[in-house]
Amino acid sequence: MNYEFNWMAVLTGEYRGWIIQGLLITLKISAISIILSLLLGTIVTTLRMTKVRVLEWICLSYIEFFRNTPLLVQIFFWYFGSYVIFPDSVNQWLYAHDYEFAIGVLSLSIYTAAFIAEEIRAGIISIPKEQMESSRATGLSFMQAMSYVVLPQAFRIVIPTLISQFLNLIKNSSLVMTIGVMDLTYMTRQIESYSFRGFEAFTVATLLYIAISLIVSFFITMYNKKYLRMIRY
Amino acid sequence: MHWDVVWNNMEYFLLGQYPAGPVGGLALSIILAVGGIFFAFWIGLVFGLMRLSKRWYVRIPSIVYIEIIRGTPLLLLIFWFYFLAPILLKRPMPEARSTLAAFSVFTGAYVAEIVRAGIQSIPKGQMEAARSSGLTYVQAMSSVVLPQALRNMIPSFVNQFVSLTKDTSLAFIIGVLELTRAATQVNNRTMNAPAEIFFTIAVIYFIICFGLTQTSRYLEKKLSYRTSGRIRREEIELLEDSFEAPN
Repeated sequence: MNYEFNWMAVLTGEYRGWIIQGLLITLKISAISIILSLLLGTIVTTLRMTKVRVLEWICLSYIEFFRNTPLLVQIFFWYFGSYVIFPDSVNQWLYAHDYEFAIGVLSLSIYTAAFIAEEIRAGIISIPKEQMESSRATGLSFMQAMSYVVLPQAFRIVIPTLISQFLNLIKNSSLVMTIGVMDLTYMTRQIESYSFRGFEAFTVATLLYIAISLIVSFFITMYNKKYLRMIRY
Repeated sequence: MHWDVVWNNMEYFLLGQYPAGPVGGLALSIILAVGGIFFAFWIGLVFGLMRLSKRWYVRIPSIVYIEIIRGTPLLLLIFWFYFLAPILLKRPMPEARSTLAAFSVFTGAYVAEIVRAGIQSIPKGQMEAARSSGLTYVQAMSSVVLPQALRNMIPSFVNQFVSLTKDTSLAFIIGVLELTRAATQVNNRTMNAPAEIFFTIAVIYFIICFGLTQTSRYLEKKLSYRTSGRIRREEIELLEDSFEAPN
């Protein structure tokens, strides 16, 4: 193997700036998508639990369709197809702002929400039925019982699996480079084509991704050890 | 709407230029997925067993491999193989082959975790009984523990295969002519039907992946019924009955 490693080329000057910029974009797009996917996932699960046939069917087909198609194809669908799908005013607004970033957030959130909805549902099912029944009997409406009694308990159980979904989201966010969002992977690719210092750039990016996932899995383990044991039904 | 664009190019989506040129489109995606899961199975089996070893110098390399791969986005891994292979082999490597290597190594780490969980789900008594009847560790593992564990792992394998099938779309990035690449090519050429094209591609992936997911759910139900505690308790009761002296 005759490849001379030159770490300084990547760790100093302009290229270091690119990597930091890319990392910040990755964290930003992940953070926004995590919040949105959690919201959407919760809404979908709640609608699915209402026992209204049509709603249930819509939610189930949403979950199955988006879980069983590749994220990359979804990204291209929203990116290239947005002018057909959305009304003109929305498109104009998107073009005026950061179009690629918005599409990235949209596709990541919708994709991950389908997985999160399933996780939350598993959490809700694990809460004994009596919790819902007794809160309904005390006079709360379905929505009130869900949001004050069932969901808070379900979330506590689901947190570890939710966090591993968020980890997947952070890794999946590397796909938005295909539509030109300048995230960490995009930047390393760019450093590779500018300087041929591909291995250094890829190593740094890989280490950064692994660091993120190790830190997060450390917190999951801590959480499991500390809190999960206290929950007993 | 221009659905005619989709219909005119359907053959290209499914087979690429096949009779006239190399295999592409959906056929290549399936080849990559099947090949990937085949190699990943053997990689995962080896590393999963290593992960359970009592010797630290066997266990640690496996943990390092699993943790590194599981923490890395597949896209970066594809780039790694794409740029590293020519330097290591000192000759260019076809894109499809380097992505196949990336898929195998990537999925191997996940399969290793499935194998570990599968083996751990088999009661310890199986191994102990097999060892005490005179089998060596390797014999006990390969003819007592693994056959039972592998059967329990089948649903997880199918799920892993589904996510690998979806992941083959990432081969797009280095120019492998699989289904997603074929779609973007047609889209770039025609320019007037992006939503129709990508919706159709999504549906094609959906049909395959949803079919497999349903199979996995069916298998899960069937297998969990056969190995559920209820059945086992009944069998034990039957056994106990047979030990009682008949009146």
